[in-house]
Amino acid sequence: MTDLLNILISESFWAASLRIATPLIFGVLGALLCERAGVLNLGIEGIFVVGAMCGWMAVWLGAGLWGGVLVAACAGAIFGLLHAILTVPLGLSQHVSGLGITLFATSASYFTYRTALPNVSSPPRIEPFQALDIPVLSDLPFLGPVLFQQTALTWLALLMVLLVWYVLQRTGLGVAIKAVGDNPDSVDAQGLSVYGLRMGAIVAGSALMALGGAFLTMSAFDAFFFGMVNGRGWVCIALVIFAGWQPGKALFGAVLFGAFDALQVRLQTEMGALVPGQIFLMAPYILSIIALVIAARSVDYPRALLTPWFKGQR
Amino acid sequence: MIRIEPRAATSKTFSIGVPVLSALIALGFAAIPLMAAGANPITAYGEMFKGVFGSVFSITEMLTRATPLIFTGLAAALAFRAKLWNIGGEGQLYLGAMAAVAIGSGVLDISGVLLIPIIILLGAAAGAAGMAAPTYLKIRFGADEVVTTLLLNFIILIFVQMMLEGPLQDPMGLGWPQSAPVLDQGMLPPLMDRMRVHSGLILAVVLAVIAQFMLARSVWGFKLRAVGENAAAARHAGINVKRSLYGVAIISGGLAGLAGVSEVAGLKGYLTADLSPGFGYTGIVVAMLAGLSPIGVVIAALFIASVFVGADGMSRAMGVSSFLADLVVSVSLLCVLVGGFIAKYRIVRSEKAGSAT
Repeated sequence: MTDLLNILISESFWAASLRIATPLIFGVLGALLCERAGVLNLGIEGIFVVGAMCGWMAVWLGAGLWGGVLVAACAGAIFGLLHAILTVPLGLSQHVSGLGITLFATSASYFTYRTALPNVSSPPRIEPFQALDIPVLSDLPFLGPVLFQQTALTWLALLMVLLVWYVLQRTGLGVAIKAVGDNPDSVDAQGLSVYGLRMGAIVAGSALMALGGAFLTMSAFDAFFFGMVNGRGWVCIALVIFAGWQPGKALFGAVLFGAFDALQVRLQTEMGALVPGQIFLMAPYILSIIALVIAARSVDYPRALLTPWFKGQR
Repeated sequence: MIRIEPRAATSKTFSIGVPVLSALIALGFAAIPLMAAGANPITAYGEMFKGVFGSVFSITEMLTRATPLIFTGLAAALAFRAKLWNIGGEGQLYLGAMAAVAIGSGVLDISGVLLIPIIILLGAAAGAAGMAAPTYLKIRFGADEVVTTLLLNFIILIFVQMMLEGPLQDPMGLGWPQSAPVLDQGMLPPLMDRMRVHSGLILAVVLAVIAQFMLARSVWGFKLRAVGENAAAARHAGINVKRSLYGVAIISGGLAGLAGVSEVAGLKGYLTADLSPGFGYTGIVVAMLAGLSPIGVVIAALFIASVFVGADGMSRAMGVSSFLADLVVSVSLLCVLVGGFIAKYRIVRSEKAGSAT
């Protein structure tokens, strides 16, 4: 018991939690933006892969770290645009289109990687983002190591939480995005473009998702591996529902999830002799399902989620 | 002013033409990555064709590859008909495979006449349980089955790894994470000498025919389609929607479980954690290409299997990554989606903006 307490009050534990949460923060925000506009984006898992691969490859080709971030975001936006075209003006099944985008994005990334690097056994490494060691602040007790030794991408993720919250809650654009996910007819009646708002939200959301992938290859690790995304995208889809489509709660959910994940790694090393390690590996996915079950009935879904809308048809 | 309006009825031409065209477009699209990889597309297509139809052996390999895809394709097609989004075929496949090796590798040392049906039934039951659980969570708690089945795929795969390092590990396996082999009399008989194609294929095709008949002709099939087309109306008409959903969940999960049984007891003989290269997910593409028709699933599975086996052959001959096959498969899914739109709607040019017709 005291062991558990010691873990929970340690700085390194919370630093790890925030680090593990970072890609999820990007992913949940991205999915939240799409769903607030009324479109489920199951392309997320594949867009993570694209972000991870493109960001890494851009840096490997010499674009610089921030160049890589930009390339990843653009690549995510392109696949988001494809999903947007299929689901908004064409009004096709959001489930099937999303899964199609995931399969397409994943296979395109893998094919590109294999074609560029045909015969490598150990993937080439890049120099990843380093911890932003801010003088004075980094020396603060507890907060210092937890917050001020994260990489720039974690800071970008936190900034994006603020930005998405601000846009959704404080701007006219946010009101329009939320309205288009609740009642597109009312948006159309006001002379705004339902297609434009929905597609814009999907493209922006997909760019955010890709940044989550980029974090994996450019900050958490320093190379690209097949299967490295490993269901993180699907976890984000569950977390959005858990967060009730609120950016603040999304941050909370992602960090909570990161904390559980960091805890299972530590418990695994402490109790590894007693319990098979796989029990701990399963825990994050089981937690996501539990979170979904708890939240599913109590939350307000965007009312037009999954419902296509055609101009001139009531 | 251009408007989109639904067609009165979707014609037969479209329901067959769209998947065929989608497949062709996806194959044509492959020329882009092929050229990017520095290969001559014409030569590459030739190698792909030779890789599938070049010999009796390669054709049987294609049929072997199609077998699990028919099972997972049927699993997806039936569930999707009822708008039950079973994306968990991959996990259910592993549950079926686990059940097959758990019972088939020595616990029951009985005659094959008994053992094979027991393995098949138990494998199907394990897969069925794997889909019944998320369906319960959907009906009882409103938890979206897309997310739960997707997450279950990961949970089950980790569970398989745990079992393969624990109770299911082969004691004679020198510590490798693999199960003990299925007893000889428990193996599904091969269809041809010295070839890998096995009687799981016959089972798959027979089940597809039964599913086609049940869907089109039985009360069960009628209810299933009614629930899928409009659950509220079906409920109003007195159909027990929950029961229909549980029913199709069990059948869908069971079919995916059989894919695992057929891979373990028909092909590999034992279970490893890399038994399936994504057959569960590819089954979704198969089902969509088939327009969710069970007989269509057989044809679509043969096509997708040809793409995979052909790409493997082309990859060996020309050194282009066999991920090309995954690209073709995913593009064919997107094409068939768009094709479905063209089949269902037509674009109308009207004189005045917003004029009613």
